[in-house]
Amino acid sequence: MNWLTNSVLPKIQKLVRPREVPENLWHKCSNCGHMIFHRDLDANLRVCQHCGHHMRLPVKKRLEMLFDGGEYQRIELPKTPADPLRFRDQKRYGDRMKDAQAKTGEQDAIIVAHGRMGGLNVVIAAFNFEFMGGSMGIAVGEGIVAAAELAVLQDAPLIVIPASGGARMQEGILSLMQMARTTVAVEKVKEKGLPYVVLLTDPTTGGVSASFAMLGDIQIAEPGSVIGFAGARVIESTIREKLPEGFQRAEYLLDHGMVDMVVPRKDLRATLVRVLDLLLNRKPAGEVLPLPEKADSPARDENVQP
Amino acid sequence: MNFLDFEKPIAELEGKIEELRHLSDSDEMNIAEEVARLQAKVEKQLRATYAKLTPWQKTQVARHPDRPHFSNYVSALVQDFTPLAGDRTFAEDRAIIGGLGRFRGHSVMVIGHEKGHDTESRVRHNFGMAKPEGYRKAKRLLEMADRFGIPVITLVDTAGAYPGVEAEARGQAEAIARSIEACLNIRVPLISAIIGEGGSGGAIALAAGNTVLMLEHSVYSVISPEGCASILWRSGEAAKDAAEALRLTAQDLHKLGVIDDVIPEPLGGAHRNAQQAITALGDAVEAALKDLSGLEGGVLRARRREKFLEMGKRGLA
Repeated sequence: MNWLTNSVLPKIQKLVRPREVPENLWHKCSNCGHMIFHRDLDANLRVCQHCGHHMRLPVKKRLEMLFDGGEYQRIELPKTPADPLRFRDQKRYGDRMKDAQAKTGEQDAIIVAHGRMGGLNVVIAAFNFEFMGGSMGIAVGEGIVAAAELAVLQDAPLIVIPASGGARMQEGILSLMQMARTTVAVEKVKEKGLPYVVLLTDPTTGGVSASFAMLGDIQIAEPGSVIGFAGARVIESTIREKLPEGFQRAEYLLDHGMVDMVVPRKDLRATLVRVLDLLLNRKPAGEVLPLPEKADSPARDENVQP
Repeated sequence: MNFLDFEKPIAELEGKIEELRHLSDSDEMNIAEEVARLQAKVEKQLRATYAKLTPWQKTQVARHPDRPHFSNYVSALVQDFTPLAGDRTFAEDRAIIGGLGRFRGHSVMVIGHEKGHDTESRVRHNFGMAKPEGYRKAKRLLEMADRFGIPVITLVDTAGAYPGVEAEARGQAEAIARSIEACLNIRVPLISAIIGEGGSGGAIALAAGNTVLMLEHSVYSVISPEGCASILWRSGEAAKDAAEALRLTAQDLHKLGVIDDVIPEPLGGAHRNAQQAITALGDAVEAALKDLSGLEGGVLRARRREKFLEMGKRGLA
């Protein structure tokens, strides 16, 4: 209490009172420490304009960023057994699930959507890291299977965007089995001759990295993403020494031949469209190639000897 | 013999028997009778203990240093075993051994983790924890078997893939993913058996088989009980609780439909009678191969894939 609050008229008080600043208006870049205004950060796709550090992008924002006009249709995923092991640590898994569902408004850690990218129909399965660290249990496996089936059905390329710490421990062996299950699913897309592209985002580790996420025809990673199998802390305690600078980052994987390219967020959409166009031999900007004209020569059959 | 902490009463009884046997030179009938009586007691005790092992106790049995390992099974069950080395890219990884041989009259490819049995061999085999080279060798051998129409037997016994800087630099994740992919793609019978520890990604890399078998006291899990405890309970002490929660026993996995059959172990675990355990495994593998014989390659592959596509459709009732 001071003279201002005691004796000044409420209307004037309102003018001079320090406005309550919601805490999240300003973000501190975890890399360079610069303060960034939230609108600028969103406008820049959550990439720090000072140092280029890529912060995690919420899954729906990412889908908006990738699809033409930000428009896509989500597909509903089949129900899977909830809490198949009746798992309980210090908390029930069932309760953890309820909390995660309430927090995110989602059923589980994956979204499957289809829509146009550069005019081309594509299917995207994207992980939601905010849902229990994007961990892969049966429902996530189901999402990958459904996305793969949809891609095959629609004759569309499949893009999977992991952001996951790995398998979901609370589903025990059944989460481990999702590694084999998702491998079969993406294999079916590849066998149909459709492109399967993986966009590795921060983080992609554990059982997710050691299955479908490393099997793409094209592997693209976002700058700075942590990608690897074993956790850094586990490795550190095994070898008892400091890990090398940049270990398990996207650029480290690029140097070691594990990904095709590291692409800044702002260029991702254009890169994906270009890669798909090239793989499918489409003309740029989504035009469909005209059928080759066969004026004089009959269709060539490679198997027929002249 | 190494005894586990819960085997203490058994160890004491066997110690007594040992003592009596030393005396028996000097003495008569009484001692023989006493030994027989104690032996009956040991058996009773073993039966009681092993009939209701907790998941944590099973984890200890699965890791028992005297438990038969890959090499024991192969030398007893496979004739003309011809190990094949190397991933043709970087190195030979002795944590995974693979090769051709004759199993009960038929050519087979056998691949599995080897933990080693003493300090020197444990170091040589890196305690059964493979690096990318191990999984790439496995993939190479799976594909070779496919080309020659030779059935594959995989024996899984690993704490997990090796967590190290070099392993990550050379693509541990990719190597495991490709090994799983190869398991799922081949058009020959693939029988997998968990003989000890089935540790996470390092295990499934070799275990996506048409038939997956588990020895009675082996364990198979997405994470070690210790690892799970340190993350979810924030204390390694809770490993016992984690083992319980993870449902990692052969019996639970059979109920969940993740494995096809449980192979009974000799009384007191495979380490008490390795020969019996080895024969039991051999018989189970032979029966599984027989079930698949005559199936066309495409069918074998399609069935294996359908089976793994269904994983997780059912929980514990």
